[in-house]
Formats: sequence, C-alpha cells, structure tokens
Amino acid sequence: MEMKGMNVKIGALECKNPVLTASGTFGYGLEYQDFVDLERLGGFIVKGTTLHHREGNAYPRMAETPSGMLNAVGLQNKGVDHFIEHIYPQIKHLDTNIIVNVSGASIEDYVACAEKIDALDAIPAIELNISCPNVKQGGMAFGVTASGAESVVKAVRQAYHKTLIVKLSPNVTSITDIAKAVEYAGADSVSLINTLLGMAINAETQRPELSTITGGLSGPCVKPIALRMVWQTFNAVRIPIVGIGGIQSATDAIEFILAGATAVEIGTANFVDPNITMKIVDGIADYMQRHRIDNINTLRGALKV
Amino acid sequence: MQKKESDLLVVSNTELSKRACLITLESKDKLPRINAGQFAELLVPNCSGVYLRRPISIHAVNVQNNSIEFLVQLVGKGTNALANVKQGEIINTVFPLGNGFDVDNMPYRKPLLIGGGIGIAPLYQLGVDMVSKGIQPTFLFGTRTAQDIILKDKYNAVAPLFYTTEDGSFGTKGFVTDHQLMNSELGQFDALYVCGPTPMMKAVVSKAHQAGIDCYVSLEHKMACGLGACLCCVEIVDGTNTCVCKEGPVFKSDRLQWK
Repeated sequence: MEMKGMNVKIGALECKNPVLTASGTFGYGLEYQDFVDLERLGGFIVKGTTLHHREGNAYPRMAETPSGMLNAVGLQNKGVDHFIEHIYPQIKHLDTNIIVNVSGASIEDYVACAEKIDALDAIPAIELNISCPNVKQGGMAFGVTASGAESVVKAVRQAYHKTLIVKLSPNVTSITDIAKAVEYAGADSVSLINTLLGMAINAETQRPELSTITGGLSGPCVKPIALRMVWQTFNAVRIPIVGIGGIQSATDAIEFILAGATAVEIGTANFVDPNITMKIVDGIADYMQRHRIDNINTLRGALKV
Repeated sequence: MQKKESDLLVVSNTELSKRACLITLESKDKLPRINAGQFAELLVPNCSGVYLRRPISIHAVNVQNNSIEFLVQLVGKGTNALANVKQGEIINTVFPLGNGFDVDNMPYRKPLLIGGGIGIAPLYQLGVDMVSKGIQPTFLFGTRTAQDIILKDKYNAVAPLFYTTEDGSFGTKGFVTDHQLMNSELGQFDALYVCGPTPMMKAVVSKAHQAGIDCYVSLEHKMACGLGACLCCVEIVDGTNTCVCKEGPVFKSDRLQWK
C-alpha cells in the first residue's frame, strides 16, 4: 500500500516517505533485498565510502550491550571507484533515493570522493560523515569542533552540487554549535546522531571486548540522547534534520518527527529485524490515520510543550 | 538462495547436557533449500538484556515435516534463554544464512569430519548429505570429558565415530590431533572438515597442510546482522577482511592466514 501525505523534502531531495536506513547497517541495500521492497523506502544510505580502499579494524569489532551494541568496524570499504564500477550499476535503477555516506581522513579526500559521487546521475545526495568514532582520522576530528566541521563542509559544498547532508557526532559538548557551523558552511541538512563513544570489558579474560578498546554505541539505549539532540538542533537551525538513534518502531520514528526531524534513519534495528523498515513505513501510515493527520510535515516539531 | 524471516514453532527442546540442548523448529511453509553448514539467526524470545539475534548453525534438516534442528551450546544469557524455550512457543528465525558445504560438487571419496565440543553441530547434516552422495565420511570428535559427549548414537548411525577426551575418560586421551586417525592413519583420508574452538581448528589445519590434504573450516565469529551488512564478523580470507556470515562460515583453509 502506498500512502498519501508521507512525502518529505530534505533540501532538494524528495522522499516518498520519511523512512531511510542508516549507513553501515544496510550494506548497499542488496543485502536486504530478500526482506525489504527497497522501493518502498524513502531512501537508503549506503555504507561509508572513502576515496581509497580501507580494510577497517581487526576482529573483534562488535560487542552486545544492554539494549544495544558497540561496533568498531572502522569504515571498511573498497573505495569510491569500486563502488562506482561494481555496486552502483546494481542499484542505480531502483526507484528510491540512494544516498552515499562519504568519509575521509583529510579535506582533500572528502572533496575528491564527493566529486566522484557528484557525477553519478542516480545518486541525488551524499551524507558527509564527520563523526565516525572508530578510526583515528574517521572524520570525528572534523566533527567535534565547529571550525573543523565548517572547514570540511565548506570545501565539499564547493565541489558537490546536489543535496548535502552532514552527519553529526554526539560526542561533543554542544551539538547545536556544530549544527550551526555546518548550516553556515552550506549544508542542506544535518543527520544525527552517529554512535556514542563507548567501551565494553570482559571481566573473565580481563580484556576489552573490541580490538580497538573503544567503539561506537548504537541501538535503543541511545534513543533518549538522540531525541534530545534532535530537539535542541531543531531549535537552533533552519535546515531539515534527519533523526537517527535507536529507532525500532513507528512510534519511535514519530517521536523523532515530533522533536523536529524531517526524516529518520533506521540503523541497528535492521540487524534484529531485517524487515523493520517496512513495518515502520506501515506503522507511520497507521499512526497518521489514527490521529487524522493528512500530511506528515505538519507533525514536524509539533511537540506540545 | 532466498533468505526468509519467519515464526517457527518449537516442536521439541531437549537438554543434552548441562551445556547443550537440541531445539527442533517447524515451519508452516515448505522449507527453502538449506545446505549443510548454513546457519540461522534466532531471536531469543522474552529475554531482557539480549538485544541481538543468536547465530546458530543448522544441525539437521527434515524436508518431510519442514523442520530444522539446532544444536545449541549454552554459553551466555541468550543461549541459556533458548534452552528454556518450551514446546509450542515461537522462535522468529532468519534463515538460511551463509554458504555451507558444497556437497554437490565434492571431489572427495573418504573425508574425515572433525568436531571439537559443540563444533560437531554443522557436521551431522554434512555427514548425512555425504552418505547420500556415496561419499564415505568418518567422524572424529573431541571433548573435555566423557560427560560432554552428546548425540553419540545419532552420529554413529551415519558414519564410523571416534572420540578423544582431554581427561581420557572416553576414547583416546588428548586432543583430536593426538588421535591415530590424525597421525599414522591420516593418509587414508582425502579431505578434512573441521569445526570447533579456534586453537583446535588451527592445529587441524596445520596437520592438513603438512600432509597436503584439502581442509575446510567452519568458523564461528561474533555476528550482528548475519547478512553481510554490519561487517562485524570478519576473518582475513584471501588477504582481505571478509564477512564470515555472508562469504562463509565455511572456508577452504588455504584461503585463511592460519599458519
């Protein structure tokens, strides 16, 4: 069933509904084809892509935590050229928004990678990752200061001509300062939050659970923090916000929209229920019907305070 | 191979030892094709503190009554909760996942199937499928002690079965690599298939390489998605980080960096 009144706009990007998938949790979409009708998604964001091939971090890269998990994948990917030659031809025909998450170790790398993606007709947007906590130069260096964020977004903005979404780190003192800097530098949208820096220890072996000792926390345990940051950011910037953090039901998604998100990304929940995105699309339609809402956009930031 | 997510009915859940249980799940629909060595992601019902699914290897498939058996080692909260699931309950399951053993194109006549502890799990269906293709497998299993030996008659009904125990309470004393089948009698086998703890698998691989015998390992890494999306369960295969869940869990040993 296709629903009316669910379409949203993120900058120039038109989405048939507000449900996207988070980078690193949905592969290149193909991994979920047996479970999900990809064309019923508002869009999906492919795995973090860098200018050059990256092997990522050593195993073990994952630890389960109460209501969530830590990961330390470290941006493993085969590089942007591999994406263009081997992945893009397999997904470009899909009638949904395919967004590439772009990461880098230097401004030059971000720009070079974004330029290559700019040339792909079927990719209408990028999500600039200035917030990966798992590699020394995974962009978090740029994402934790307003000036760092501004400099990388400014440079990419000059080189990239379609919708530019910037993914923010929660590992900062004031996310609104970063969001404002990113808006000022020309971003069309901000998405938040990336994972929270965390740690897990095995008391029996007295060793860390992750090869990198620390890693990024995600899942339902981070949702209250993400909601708070979306609300704060909504009250600080004018550009649309994509809410991310522990969403695993339509109710969770609605909460993010009420806090000010234009769209949402579903992340870790895809690991638990590979079909969760379809349930959330249907659940939002059901919520709109129950609350007699004709247009999802009227719900944005409509929190009654 | 089409993967699916479905609610499967628990038709039995048998305690085999203090550390293992055998769960049989039944599908309302006809089962998709499942190869020996593939696995499933089981959602642990009603268990607070357990967020992710548990990847469990498929022990046996019964196409007549659309049921799948899982041999589960009780290692933590999630698997202990699975041991308490009762007949008649539902376990939401994503399956079949990974690439199993390629029995259809197997060039071997007389392979040795080596299991350490719960690592015997994927070898049962492998043995059954081999026998149905006219291949003559032999089982060699290692456990800590006689009390850990499970499903002996079931395996013995498929193929000749030999044991080592670390304390010598049953079979040959020592590790599987101490057994005569892995030493003076190794030459009779044309392939080794091994699943178990990593040090044990590495020891078997080392013997296989020395003897020039083809060897296949079934890896058990920590996983989240089971679909090749999260990139958590990697092993270095052909020199690059590779998802065990999607490209494995079975790999030919010479593709690994195990020396």
